[in-house]
Amino acid sequence: MLAGLGLAGPALLLLLALFLLPTLSIFVIAATDWQFGAQTLAFVGLDNFSALFADPTFRRALINTLGFVAVVVPATVGLGLLVALLIESDRSLRGFYRAVHFLPFMATLAAMAVVWEALLHPTLGLVNQVLAAFGAPTANWLRDERTALPVLAVIAIWQNLGFAMVIFLAALKAVPQELYDAAAVDGADAGYDRLQTVTLPLIAPATVFVVIAVAIRAFETFDPVLILTHGGPANASELLLHLLYVESFDYMRTGYGAAVTVVFLLIIMALTLAQARVMDHRRREP
Amino acid sequence: MRRHPLSWPARTGRHLVLATTATLVAVPFVWMLSLSFKAPSEITAGFSLLPQHWHAVENYTLALTASPLLRFLANGFAVCAAILAFQILISAPAAYAFAKLRFPGRQALFALVLIGLLIPHQVLALPLYVLCWKLGILNTYAALILPFVVSPLAIFLFRQFFLGIPDDIIHAARLDGLSETAIVFRIMLPMALPAVIAFGALSVVVHWNDLFWPSIAITSEHLKPPTLGIIAFRDQERGSDYGPLMAAATIVVLPLLAAFLFAQRWFIAGLNAGAVK
Repeated sequence: MLAGLGLAGPALLLLLALFLLPTLSIFVIAATDWQFGAQTLAFVGLDNFSALFADPTFRRALINTLGFVAVVVPATVGLGLLVALLIESDRSLRGFYRAVHFLPFMATLAAMAVVWEALLHPTLGLVNQVLAAFGAPTANWLRDERTALPVLAVIAIWQNLGFAMVIFLAALKAVPQELYDAAAVDGADAGYDRLQTVTLPLIAPATVFVVIAVAIRAFETFDPVLILTHGGPANASELLLHLLYVESFDYMRTGYGAAVTVVFLLIIMALTLAQARVMDHRRREP
Repeated sequence: MRRHPLSWPARTGRHLVLATTATLVAVPFVWMLSLSFKAPSEITAGFSLLPQHWHAVENYTLALTASPLLRFLANGFAVCAAILAFQILISAPAAYAFAKLRFPGRQALFALVLIGLLIPHQVLALPLYVLCWKLGILNTYAALILPFVVSPLAIFLFRQFFLGIPDDIIHAARLDGLSETAIVFRIMLPMALPAVIAFGALSVVVHWNDLFWPSIAITSEHLKPPTLGIIAFRDQERGSDYGPLMAAATIVVLPLLAAFLFAQRWFIAGLNAGAVK
């Protein structure tokens, strides 16, 4: 009887100490004015949250993040689906295309962000050199308020495209051939018809799953912000997780940082719960 | 869509689109390699893929000597290995208990694991920072490892796999006099090898690539993992001489990409397994 508790004990104690109590403590810290290192603290109720939503920097970061996610998710999922459909539609070079599209997802993003910085260098970068060669206008991509956030979105799409593709490829493989044959008998013969009547409905659960997973990854974007823009210029590319980092660990405004953390946690938990629900449905299907 | 041979215009169109997207996706990698082969004079002299004078040896030598890059890589290997070892050592017995043993509060305790799955790790950074500070381990290897020693995902995945292993095997092992711990590590874990490898691939990718927690927990140069190291390298090598920096980036990215190309199957299995999260 107690063997089970003995075996599960260490994991459960660590889970408590490293996951559950820290999560609860975030809510407690968010209700205080604590600054890391200070000897005293006072409970301030919801003051941190009202300060947060009155703070133009936080509001900018929240709006930036929502806009960023709203662009990155459809672009990543759409491109990932297109690439997966094309790869799956024929045998030739299948493994090669799959591997290339998946590389950015594996590659250390911190190192690749440094490469993106070189690509986007105002005078030496490939991007501006190519644009100039075609007589197109160039930009100082990472230092311009209009381009900094879109550039981060492009990097996020580039990085997550392969992830979406891999999930779609697995879903496409699971579509039974008989359904295509049946659709063909029913006269749905052209590629587009088959896509409409068979493929898309059958991979719909996978699509919902990919949408949420990519949304979570987009909300968690951090490395390129820290390395390339620091949220600038003038907060134009400030995102939630980077703001959380700056408030908590640069400014050491611990109570305030905890309030940002609570907002972040609620968003991610809502998405994860929605995802668990989809997964549950997917598993119950025959 | 499958097993219907495509007409030749469709085949050509497929290759046109996929070759275009593949090229765009590959641009950063190609540019990184290209710059890592070039001398400073050529980097400022307009774009060509291959250098006129190979400067690769100089760039890669400088990357390895101008900063403690090898040290960063060794830190990365050591920390990833330690994290994975602890994760398996601590999660596997729990997974076995949840899958095969009866004990009071089993259901409620498993709910704690599921709640753990819901929590994004970045949320824990602030309390874990305070915890590491209290323990006096900030800016040590221990700070890089401790927050990740238990993995709710590992418990969840291993439990799923263990559920599929017949009880008869466990009864037989008990008759042979094996302890419960021995059953976990000598019977269950080897049988669950596919799940272990898939989880291992996922864990190594996540922690090799992690920048968020190391940038909070580590300040000393000699403790930095590759992600922090590459930033330190960039910050000291300003100017237009991108060669050594791109060589360093190549060296940091290479271990995972090489591992992926040799064992694609396992990485993709890990990804699909991680998709339960």
